Amino acid sequence: MNCCEFNFLVGLVATVAGLLGSLTGLGGGIVVTPALTLLFGVDIRYAIGATLVSVIATSSGAAAAYVKEGFSNIRVGMFLEIATTFGAILGALMATKTPTSALGIVFGVVLLYSAYASSRPQPSLAEGRGGDPLAERLGMNSSYPTSQGPRSYVVRRVKTGFGLMFGAGTLSGLLGIGSGALKVIAMDQAMGLPFKVSTTTSNFMIGVTAAASAGIYLNRGYIDPGLAMPVVLGVLVGSLLGARLLPRVKTRVLRLVFGLVVVVLAIEMIYQGVTGRI
Amino acid sequence: MAKDKRRWTDRNVEVLVGTLLRSGVLLSAGVVLVGGALYLLSQGSTPADYRVFRGEPTDLRGLPGILKGVLEFHGRSLIQFGLLLLIATPIARVGFSAVAFFMQRDHVYVWITLIVLGFLLWSLVGSGFVF
Repeated sequence: MNCCEFNFLVGLVATVAGLLGSLTGLGGGIVVTPALTLLFGVDIRYAIGATLVSVIATSSGAAAAYVKEGFSNIRVGMFLEIATTFGAILGALMATKTPTSALGIVFGVVLLYSAYASSRPQPSLAEGRGGDPLAERLGMNSSYPTSQGPRSYVVRRVKTGFGLMFGAGTLSGLLGIGSGALKVIAMDQAMGLPFKVSTTTSNFMIGVTAAASAGIYLNRGYIDPGLAMPVVLGVLVGSLLGARLLPRVKTRVLRLVFGLVVVVLAIEMIYQGVTGRI
Repeated sequence: MAKDKRRWTDRNVEVLVGTLLRSGVLLSAGVVLVGGALYLLSQGSTPADYRVFRGEPTDLRGLPGILKGVLEFHGRSLIQFGLLLLIATPIARVGFSAVAFFMQRDHVYVWITLIVLGFLLWSLVGSGFVF
């Protein structure tokens, strides 16, 4: 396959991944790395590098639309970014020392978990708890707009959220993914943020977290321009298209189909990792 | 002073940030597209092989090498420069937040934001010299 054909096919796959990822809320980046390694035989380190950059593109692109709605809590986001960026740097440094087969297995497990977490509503662990005094001191409690006017909320369990975010950042740096599912869980369940606030804040954090590991990936030579170009442009176009279509599409069946694709990719990643073919 | 404060409310800052992010993404996508066209025109018929990891050559790993390639109009360097702009977009956003918190006299958050900014800059610039 020459570069032109390769770029066209990879761009096509990335566009579809970006489209489905944004329609289902799972994020397109998460299936691009398995698709590149399993379908195109790309070394997982190149795949991770290219996908990571595409994660920054979708996060920043979506954030531009989100900020107008006024949901994201920038103080919560910035405070938790201390944990995610530190974790991302650690994860990216770990990635350079981890065997590729192990990366494949961990990737598969995280994929399975993301599919599971997005398939069912998560119970809130913070129900009935009062606000965290630390959140009060850090000025995190805020309000968000609803049709009945602004509704205020308090932030709970700041330290637990901080710890979970460190884990999310480490996985993001290790695997080159956004770890959006984990971030939302930390803010939704542990810290008790309203759903809209946690999704938009998480989206804002994904770009910053990915930027923290991208520098290390670049310095280590993981980001190949010839591969990253079709991936970044494809995922970006696909996700922008998805955001346009979202209000008009019934996503229930789509989520099921995409969820199954994710599960199949995950099992294949784990299998190839265990048999040492990645 | 009062006017200053009003200009730097969270709400206004967010709208500015939205514009910043959108411009960053569009600009970098444009640069990647131009670089990609150049790259495919010059090397489109060479075989694509990413099966074996070799790592990028040093002139595609850091800002000085990338800039040199951009001035020589190399497609791959131009793509890499576009990706660098993309990585810089959220970093610029964090830097902008630091300024906004400073204007709001919110010193705790100025420090929190500067810590995050420090991690980001270290990763991009400093991590090449460690390990």
